[in-house]
Parts: sequence; structure tokens; C-alpha cells
Amino acid sequence: MTLAIPRFWREIQSRYNLIGTKCGSCGKVDFPPRAVCPVCGRKSIGKMQRFQLGGKGSVVTYTVIHDAPAQFEMQKPYVMAIIEMDEGVRLTSQLIDVKPEDVRIGMKVQASFRKLGQEGDAGVIHYGYKFRPAG
Amino acid sequence: MKSGIVSYGGYIPRYRIRPKDIGVVWGADGEAMGRGLNIRAKSVPGPDEDVITISVEAARACMAKVDLDPTDIGAIYVGSESHPYAVKPTATVVAEAIGSAPVLTAADFEFACKAGTAAIQTTMGLTLSKMMKYGLAIGADTSQGAPGDALEYSASAGGAALLIGVDHVAAEIAHTVSFTTDTPDFWRREGQRYPSHGGRFTGEPAYFKHVLNCAQLLFKRAGTTAEEYDYAVFHQPNGKFPVRAAKQLGFKEGQIDAGLCVREIGNTYSGAIMVGLCAILDEADPGDRIFAVGYGSGAGSDAFDLTVTEEIRKIRRDATPSIKEMMADSVFLDYATYAKYRGKILMREA
Ligand SMILES: [Zn+2]
Repeated sequence: MTLAIPRFWREIQSRYNLIGTKCGSCGKVDFPPRAVCPVCGRKSIGKMQRFQLGGKGSVVTYTVIHDAPAQFEMQKPYVMAIIEMDEGVRLTSQLIDVKPEDVRIGMKVQASFRKLGQEGDAGVIHYGYKFRPAG
Repeated sequence: MKSGIVSYGGYIPRYRIRPKDIGVVWGADGEAMGRGLNIRAKSVPGPDEDVITISVEAARACMAKVDLDPTDIGAIYVGSESHPYAVKPTATVVAEAIGSAPVLTAADFEFACKAGTAAIQTTMGLTLSKMMKYGLAIGADTSQGAPGDALEYSASAGGAALLIGVDHVAAEIAHTVSFTTDTPDFWRREGQRYPSHGGRFTGEPAYFKHVLNCAQLLFKRAGTTAEEYDYAVFHQPNGKFPVRAAKQLGFKEGQIDAGLCVREIGNTYSGAIMVGLCAILDEADPGDRIFAVGYGSGAGSDAFDLTVTEEIRKIRRDATPSIKEMMADSVFLDYATYAKYRGKILMREA
């Protein structure tokens, strides 16, 4: 249980602020951040820059979760979606503030800040991005 | 040199429940209860929302309206009585989430419903003394009343963030004054899930005594009377108390209407007067004067005399939804769903 703390802590910048990387050699944006560009390989070493995504994107595909893990029982049925960010990278996230039947492929969405989960009643609470329909 | 509000942002969860739907569960006339409290609905946080997420959303809405470097924020204080952690400051998460960390000071404040206004005063001092450029004062709550208790009809969720500084001030705070006594009208002991209150004792010797005395002190200090203000906003535990206090101080309905959000969203506790102030700033023009008096049980009041400046036109007020828009964007819940979202149903361990 406590093993998860360092992992989540290291990912705070990505989860809170959508911080990824941009290759200084070819310009490719990656999220989550990478140490080496998958296109340029060794050429990109030392050239990977911190890059913040703007928080806007659209739904590529999605699925409705009916059989949820215990932590998400409160929220079911809920929607998990693959989202293509305006910068071109894709990520997986929960969609909120929308009924499952109203979700559409291509729907514009934007990042918001929500509770992702917690390690029991006495444990650490994890926060980060979820996506909602763009207003 | 005067300090004041440089930018502002609020956040109200979308879910609502009506007094009628609470009353029906407890065999009470909820509709009459709602009329008595002058509350049509109260906001309810989603299962993945708490004071930390509300504070972050409000702080981001505040920063989205201006082009300021978040690392110029030297202090973040979050006032609340429902911080998710008993030990581990909400303010640390806000600091990371708006890009102000790590070179700043941060802390959580508690003074019932006026912890957010205490944060305004603290950041005024820190910026007036040039210890820092800007300070962020937040008031947010996801308060709960015990099931069936009178408080359950009003205790709601929401928050607001005010960026305080001496440069680019959009609403100058010319005067602030406080009034504090030891008055046990409402409290929550460590480890207790729901607060306790002194029933009728929360009125005259508590809310009215502190709000009216503090308001009179502010009139005296500012050398003003009620008619000199365009807007007035008070702590709003229900829709009745602030209206009565305003009337006694000589304010007219037109002055208090814009900031009286409690009628649509209930009592957001530490968020209440700050959300009301944000609703006023959403529509105020340069030169407008605002009279604001907060109240926190325990008990105390903080009062502020504000004047809107030309800078209000430079703030991108339409960059985020207005308070009015957030109040209108609502999804109504039945009591069962509300009870589930608020953790009032005993679940098997996750
Ligand atoms: Zn590359």
C-alpha cells in the first residue's frame, strides 16, 4: 500500500498539470513524459523539454464501466475514454459531468481537477485530471 | 498604497438537492423548511469532489482571468472546516496544481465560515508590507449537517479564490475591521463527523451581534453610510439572516441581490461570502463600492470596504463561467443519490 506513495508522488506534475515532454530534436510531444524520444532515440538525449498540455482535446473512443472496482462503486456506471489532446498525444481518462448515453466520439472535452482515489480511509488521497465536456 | 483583489474565481459543484426532497425522508415539511430558510436548493459535491478539488478549480479560475506568473504568489492560505486531511495542508496541493510551488509559504486556516476572509486579511498584510507580490486567499467547504438536522437543509459545497496584491488591483480594499468574541454557537469536536450547534442561540447573540457590530465599526472607519455602496454582501448561512442584517444596516434589496447566492446553492460556509463577492465582481463596474461582512461561528466577523477600479476591465471575466452560470448549470439529485455521494451510506470496505 505505501509502495504506491513514491510512484504517485513522482507523477504529481503529470497528473495535476498535464506535464509531458517535447523532443528538442523533432518536436514530438509525449505524455506521460519520456526521458528519450521514441522517434529520435539517442539523438534526443539531453534535449527533452518539459511541456505542458493545454488541457483541451476530443474523444477518440470510450467504454462504459458497469462492473466497477470497489473504489468506483459510487460513480458507476462511468465512462473511460481515450482522448486525443490538441497537441496530438493520446491519453486515457475518466469522463465526468456527462451521462454515458450522451458521450459521442469526437466530442470536445477539457481537463478538470478531481479525486482519483484513495488508499483506504486512513491513507493518502490521490488527485489529478479527469475530463468533462468543453463548455 | 492600497492592497486589494487582483483577480478572483469561484467554483460550485453541479449537483443540487431541494429542501422538499430532504424533508420527505425525515417526515418533515421540507418545502416549508426551504421557504423559512429562503433556500430553493443546495449544492452537493460529486463523489470525486472535496475541498481540495474545489479549491484548485477556484484557484485555476482565478489565474485564468489574468496573465500573471503563478510563481509571483508568495502565500496560499485555504480557509475551510472540511479539509480532506486533518494533517496535510490543502494549500500544498493548490500550490502544485497552479504552478506556484515550491518557493512560497502555505497553510490551512480554520474559523468556521470566516476562515477565507481571515486569509484575505493575512495576504493584505503580507503584500502591503512588500513581503511578497501576491497572496492567494481561498475559502471552500463541503460541509455536512447531521442527517435530519436543520443544518442538512442548507449545508452545501463551493468555494472561491481571491488573488490579493498591491499591483493591478481590480477592487481596492480601503478598510478592513474585525470583531471577535468567545461565543459557542456552533462547533465540531475533533473526530466528530457532524457539527453541533446551539439552535436559536446561533441567531441574535451570534450572527447578528457580530455582523452588525462589525458593520457599524466599518461604517465608522470608512466614514460611510449604507446608501454610498452599490453592493453589499454578508455571510449567508441561509437566505434570511443576511437579508435581515442588511435591512437593519440600511441597505436596500437592490444592493444585496447580486451577492445573495445562498438562495440557489445553500450555505457554502467558508465559501459563502467569497462566492457572493465573486458574483458581484462578475458584473461590477469601475467606481462601484462594495460593503462585505463575513461571519464565522465561535465567533467573529471580518468586514471590508471595497472600491472597484478601472483594472476590472483588464481582467478576462469571461475566461471562465460566471457564478450566475455555475448556479444555473445544475443536476438535481434524489435523497438516496445525495446520501450515497455524501458518504452517508455504510459501504463494504474498498
Ligand atoms: Zn524526437
